[in-house]
Amino acid sequence: MLESFFTRAIIAGVGLAAVTGPLGSFIVWRRMAYFGDTMAHSAILGVALALFFSINPVAGVFGIAVCVALILGFLQKRGTLSADSLLGLLSHSALALGLVLVSLMPNVRIDLMGLLFGDILAVSVTDLAFIYGGGAIVLGVLAWLWRPMLAGTVSEEIAQAEGLNPERTRLIFMVLLAGLIAIAMKILGVLLITAMLIIPATAARRLANTPEQMAIYAALGGIAAVLAGLWASLHFDTPSGPSIVVAALGVFTITSILPIRSKGAAQ
Amino acid sequence: MENFVPQKRDEIVKVTGIGVKRDGRWLVRGVDMSIGRGEIVTLIGPNGSGKSTTVKTALGILAPDEGRVWRAKKLRVGYVPQKIAMDRSLPMTVSRLMTLTGRHSKPEIARALDITGIGHLSSAQVHSLSGGEFQRALIARAIIGKPDLLVLDEPVQGVDFSGEVALYDLIGRIRDETGCGVLLISHDLHVVMARTDTVICLNGHVCCQGTPDIVAASGEYAALFGPRAAETLAIYRHEHDHAHLPDGSVKDASGHLHFDHHAHGPHCDHDHGPAAKGHGHA
Repeated sequence: MLESFFTRAIIAGVGLAAVTGPLGSFIVWRRMAYFGDTMAHSAILGVALALFFSINPVAGVFGIAVCVALILGFLQKRGTLSADSLLGLLSHSALALGLVLVSLMPNVRIDLMGLLFGDILAVSVTDLAFIYGGGAIVLGVLAWLWRPMLAGTVSEEIAQAEGLNPERTRLIFMVLLAGLIAIAMKILGVLLITAMLIIPATAARRLANTPEQMAIYAALGGIAAVLAGLWASLHFDTPSGPSIVVAALGVFTITSILPIRSKGAAQ
Repeated sequence: MENFVPQKRDEIVKVTGIGVKRDGRWLVRGVDMSIGRGEIVTLIGPNGSGKSTTVKTALGILAPDEGRVWRAKKLRVGYVPQKIAMDRSLPMTVSRLMTLTGRHSKPEIARALDITGIGHLSSAQVHSLSGGEFQRALIARAIIGKPDLLVLDEPVQGVDFSGEVALYDLIGRIRDETGCGVLLISHDLHVVMARTDTVICLNGHVCCQGTPDIVAASGEYAALFGPRAAETLAIYRHEHDHAHLPDGSVKDASGHLHFDHHAHGPHCDHDHGPAAKGHGHA
């Protein structure tokens, strides 16, 4: 079954969407879209460094993404520049540094388009193992820390006062995000990862009454987008990563215009 | 050096000489405060006087730059912060909000919502609530875990006057029923007065401290809030229950403005003379 590249692509995409849904919901709730984008952009630098030191690119991407998150946290504490500007600084510097570094390695040729937009059709069985193993860890930790993470999202002060240690959960959340970016990099590329974090979650918002519902609907919407996008890319011969994102946009559009009675309003 | 071991056996929080500095400026300094089980302590003071900073330091949200903070071991805290910046993208029903920091059964949730008078809103979205309903939801959330210490930072924002009285009444009732300590921030001593045990008047430091009567009568309070405020308070004290007429008879409060519907029951320990008694918070 895993011999067909298309089957592998579907399995990889579904596994990824199941993780981006819940994690992306937190990104949306915490207004961290640009932060996710910055971490994703830094993945180029991660790949370049991994090539330079001949280590696994997944490890390189993960390491650099965590570093960028820590640097950002440190710069934010100094507090002279807004988070917005700092993200812009880090995001594009990491991207440019990575590209420059790659060009300095004469015997290395990388598929730049693949890095930027991913290539889900080139997924190997090893990649599948990374996606499902890593994805299970990310989802497991998220489920385990769900309550403190959500409490910290609603109010860090309440979480701190009532003994839930929001600083620690915030740090763990960044590590989870770095992990997801590392495993999603090959499939979606650095430019489209954020799309799969943000779009399914926003599409789920109108249908959900609780945070848990939104996380689950976001995962389901993402899976639907993967299936529709891959089908379209096969049918119309369009690039697979962008097709998936366009399909996600379609899901968002559908849920936006669905006539939904606003449940639970005061009677 | 002051003895740091709590003096009262039922003390749950004690801060000694705390100061918090931001950008080289002291937000508060030299604040002593203690809260006992079943005691309602109210912090009052003008804007920027460091009330929230003091409370956050006592709760461990902020680290003090000087002084010490002691909290009883395994202290369960219920906190109603001044502001909550919950993004509208986060769907949240009132009943889901109740289990934000801990697991609670359906009957527990229903009871907390009933106590705060919003039982009918349990499936409503938090974003659709009015200011007063939202405050009640936050208070319900804070009390559902049966806290040893209930902390409320300006709990009556966005609530009209009668709602304000009802909310303070509710806080007093929760204290009476559960015996928890209450730390309250208010800029309106007026309304909290009947329910509070100790008032701490703050303006970067502790201006004065004691029972509401002592604080209201103190020159520091008048200096901080103006003589009008002190006067209003004094009038209120005599109006809220009954008046002693010159001939020695007692005129009851019928026909007078009622701020609070508590009877002159066993809890009422206010004095009628100028020599108000203290609670030992020298």
